[in-house]
Amino acid sequence: MKTNDVILQTTTKVVFFIIFLFSIHIFFAGHYTPGGGFVGGLLTTGALLLLLLAFDLKTVRKALPFNFLIVVALGLLIALLTSAWPMLFNEPFLTHAFGDYDLPFLGESSLHTATLFDLGVYLVVVGAGMTMIQTIGGDT
Amino acid sequence: MELLMAIIIGILFSAAVYLILSRTLLRVILGTGLLSHGAHLLILTMGGLDGGAPPVIADGVTDFADPLPQALILTAIVISFGVTAFMLVLSYRLYAEHKTDDLNMLRGNDEHD
Amino acid sequence: MNFVFLIFIPIIAALFVPLLYKTIKRIHTGWFVLIVPIVLFAIYTTLLPQTMKGESIVSTLQWIPSMHMNFVSYIDGLSLLFSLLITGIGSLVVLYSIFYLSDKKEQLGHFYVYLLLFMSAMLGVVQSDNVISLYLFWELTSISSFLLIAYWYTNDRSRFGALKSMMITVFGGLMMLGGFAILGIAADTFSIREMIANASTVTSHPLFTMAAVLILLGAFTKSAQFPFYIWLPDAMEAPTPVSAYLHSATMVKAGLYLVARFTPLFASSSTWIWLVMGVGIFTLFWGSFFAVKQTDLKAILAFSTVSQLGLIMSLLGASALTYHSNEAMFAVASFAAIFHLLNHATFKGSLFMVAGIVDLQTGTRDIRKLGGLMSIMPLTFTVAAIGSFSMAGLPPFNGFLSKEMFLDAMLAVRSFELFQFDTWGILFPIIAWIASVFTFIYSMYFVFHTFGKKGDVEALPKAPKEAPTGMLISPIILATLVVVIFFIPNVFGKWLIKPAVLALQPNLYDTPQQIDITIAAWHGFDSMALWMTIGVVAVGTLLYLSMNSWKKIYDAQPERLTLNNGYDALLNFTESGMNKISRSYMTGIIRSYFMYMFAAIAIMTLIAVYVKDAFAFDPNSFAPVTIYAILNGIILVLAISFVLLAKSRMAAFIALGASGYSVALFFVMFKAPDLALTQLVIETVSVALFLLAFQRLPELKNHGETKKNKVANAIIAIGVGFTVMLVALASQSQKLLPSISEYYKETVETLAAGGNIVNVILVDYRGFDTLFEIAVLSIAAIGVYTMIKLRLKGEKKADENE
Repeated sequence: MKTNDVILQTTTKVVFFIIFLFSIHIFFAGHYTPGGGFVGGLLTTGALLLLLLAFDLKTVRKALPFNFLIVVALGLLIALLTSAWPMLFNEPFLTHAFGDYDLPFLGESSLHTATLFDLGVYLVVVGAGMTMIQTIGGDT
Repeated sequence: MELLMAIIIGILFSAAVYLILSRTLLRVILGTGLLSHGAHLLILTMGGLDGGAPPVIADGVTDFADPLPQALILTAIVISFGVTAFMLVLSYRLYAEHKTDDLNMLRGNDEHD
Repeated sequence: MNFVFLIFIPIIAALFVPLLYKTIKRIHTGWFVLIVPIVLFAIYTTLLPQTMKGESIVSTLQWIPSMHMNFVSYIDGLSLLFSLLITGIGSLVVLYSIFYLSDKKEQLGHFYVYLLLFMSAMLGVVQSDNVISLYLFWELTSISSFLLIAYWYTNDRSRFGALKSMMITVFGGLMMLGGFAILGIAADTFSIREMIANASTVTSHPLFTMAAVLILLGAFTKSAQFPFYIWLPDAMEAPTPVSAYLHSATMVKAGLYLVARFTPLFASSSTWIWLVMGVGIFTLFWGSFFAVKQTDLKAILAFSTVSQLGLIMSLLGASALTYHSNEAMFAVASFAAIFHLLNHATFKGSLFMVAGIVDLQTGTRDIRKLGGLMSIMPLTFTVAAIGSFSMAGLPPFNGFLSKEMFLDAMLAVRSFELFQFDTWGILFPIIAWIASVFTFIYSMYFVFHTFGKKGDVEALPKAPKEAPTGMLISPIILATLVVVIFFIPNVFGKWLIKPAVLALQPNLYDTPQQIDITIAAWHGFDSMALWMTIGVVAVGTLLYLSMNSWKKIYDAQPERLTLNNGYDALLNFTESGMNKISRSYMTGIIRSYFMYMFAAIAIMTLIAVYVKDAFAFDPNSFAPVTIYAILNGIILVLAISFVLLAKSRMAAFIALGASGYSVALFFVMFKAPDLALTQLVIETVSVALFLLAFQRLPELKNHGETKKNKVANAIIAIGVGFTVMLVALASQSQKLLPSISEYYKETVETLAAGGNIVNVILVDYRGFDTLFEIAVLSIAAIGVYTMIKLRLKGEKKADENE
């Protein structure tokens, strides 16, 4: 899949970051407005897919030199740990905690462990999507 | 609206089942794709379509669309994506190994009980 | 201290066994494992003073409280006696196994994991107060027994024996579950204590006798009673430490435990008394009679175990008599049962270990080849002699005491007046005496044919020598106990037996101190049991010496009529029958299976809707139709028809993508922004996936579908579509229960501090679903990866040619 479309490649370099940043935004915004781990993860996958289409597998692999199966495992682990964590405090599995904190630089922010759980979801979606795309695309 | 959706869902399911019953491997995959669309719309319709605003808390809004079917469907969409990808690879590996996509030919033999 | 956790300690320890086995090669893994039963044994010993006062210790671990299913550890005298047996004999067996199983050749990791699994399961069985968790642990013992019997799984006989034991004990376990279900409904509780407390309501339930029979089926299969005993001799393929532990000292006694535990509940039933006593006494005779026929050392012991379990079973049955008559002579039965249970664990455990030593040192277990080992293996011989004489019921060994009590109890049965015991009761002492004679014969046969007479030591597969000291420790400890119990039986009676008897007969006693039974070796010459024992020794000696002349009677039973043959025939019949049935509809064509499923969905739903008259819808509740929805609907239908009619792959994929985008538009219309977003991105990624895989996919060919098939497909397809349409309409209009969505809407801000209800449901309210969902997604990804990257080598070649 060697492509050499200059226009596509140039726009992609810009568009990729726009989609990627948007996906991060949508991931964090998910608790209050539409979005969340699933959509965020899928959008990130979409952005990476665009990179793949504009350049080729090898370039993308060089730019992002990690095994996406590990990302899947990491995501599962985060989700599992955040769910199991409350059990140590004699709370049922998957109890979330939240509260408002005054953070340096960011000011008053509300933090929620559900976001951590969602981060696990995000990582699994990105990892699984990219694993599938890379293996299917790389199978020659 | 519900009647219209019920008819569309019926058509989606009929087409999906018809494709799945076909002998051609690729049609079975297409069928499962349609089937998941049908299932998603079915869940949504079952919950009722007369809801008000999107289920996002906003000032002054009290009448929301039912959030539960939406959550269920969101899960289902992602799962069906995973399953479709899996089936896709399964089928093209199958095709590469057996050189046929005729499901009537792919029926194992007595040694593979 | 929560004693439920103690039950799980062996399983938790088992987690570390493979690690230890892999990393520490120099030390035999058994030494680490040994710590577990020893520590547990020590902890359980500290509870003795409490149970001795008649107290019980209850601790609970919540499991599914809403369904009354919890792990409740209820430790009274009976449970504690069993727990001590499990951990005590367990320690000795692990110690023995360290020398029996070589760490060079054997997969010790597996062995000790299974053994610890069993230990937890068995502790769970004897301590559970909740019948459901009892059932759970009960089946876990069956499974661990299966794994241990099949430990040398390359051996055909091992696998056969493992499967047989599994089939029979799991069958019994399922029957028992049925019995528990009946009891649970009748008593409205799953707690055994509460069932016994409400015994009067339970006994009046119409299915009470049924429950008794079902629970007995469970007990009889586990405790190898006639006719279910056939699995036990085949289970002897297991390594000898396993036979000593599971198949003589502990697991097979789970059935006895169950009968003992439920005696206060079922004692009023004459069916119960007759079944337990009748099956027990018959098994006693049957096992002892056929033990003499066996030629394999472990087979003799297996039949002997069957027989001794029958003995204890009949005593447990007799102990139920006290619920109908207050005469003191019936009270001895339950005491004898518990006493013999303890004694049997000591002498049979040591005998199994002896059999293992002989097997290991000479290379054979065939008693016809063995002989003359007395002078070569003096220590092993001594242990074997002590065990055998105790088993035969001779003084000065503990078997003598409990055997006398057994005979007393059986003699007492004659004078019981209810349930036709006045006519048939005389049979019990007679059968008991005959069985005792055979027990005497096989005990002598076991010890003297192996160690006595002149044997051709040179002809043995291995030149025998005395076993290593480590291996002898466990059997010697057990043999010492055999003798010690004979001399101080009342100490054991006070600490172990009386508290256990209390659980069987709460109707007679309030505390263990009230049980005024003392064990004595000498009752005077007017004791009927003494004369019976003398008769046993006299007749037994005569028959033993003339064994060769009457052994021919065993050939009288034709092979065809044995129980084993019946079992095999039943298995073959069901296997071939099932095979025929499945072959009739399993065509191998995937379309047939889909047709069964879809047709069944359509037909069953339609019937259900018709029978229940469930189809109703209210057009007034419908939302108004918008022009956009109609337009989008037309687009969707068009896309579907393109998918249906497409001639090329590319067109079909694009049409499928179009239908997906149209569905996303519907999501927008129906106020589902999250869904619309997800659907749009997913559809894009899916189309990209299809295109990536494009060149490797087959062309969209038609394989000459027959017209008949096409029509059949169309009919089923339309049927399913129509059914789904009805369901969509009917379920939309009829809300039978208020939706839980209201709760979500109200609490989303206060409880979950979120604004997007859909996302909060996903990560918080129903986070479990999401957790499993991402697991599924990961599995799909790993599946894709595996199919492409990790192909078998042979297949790669075919792929390279493309």
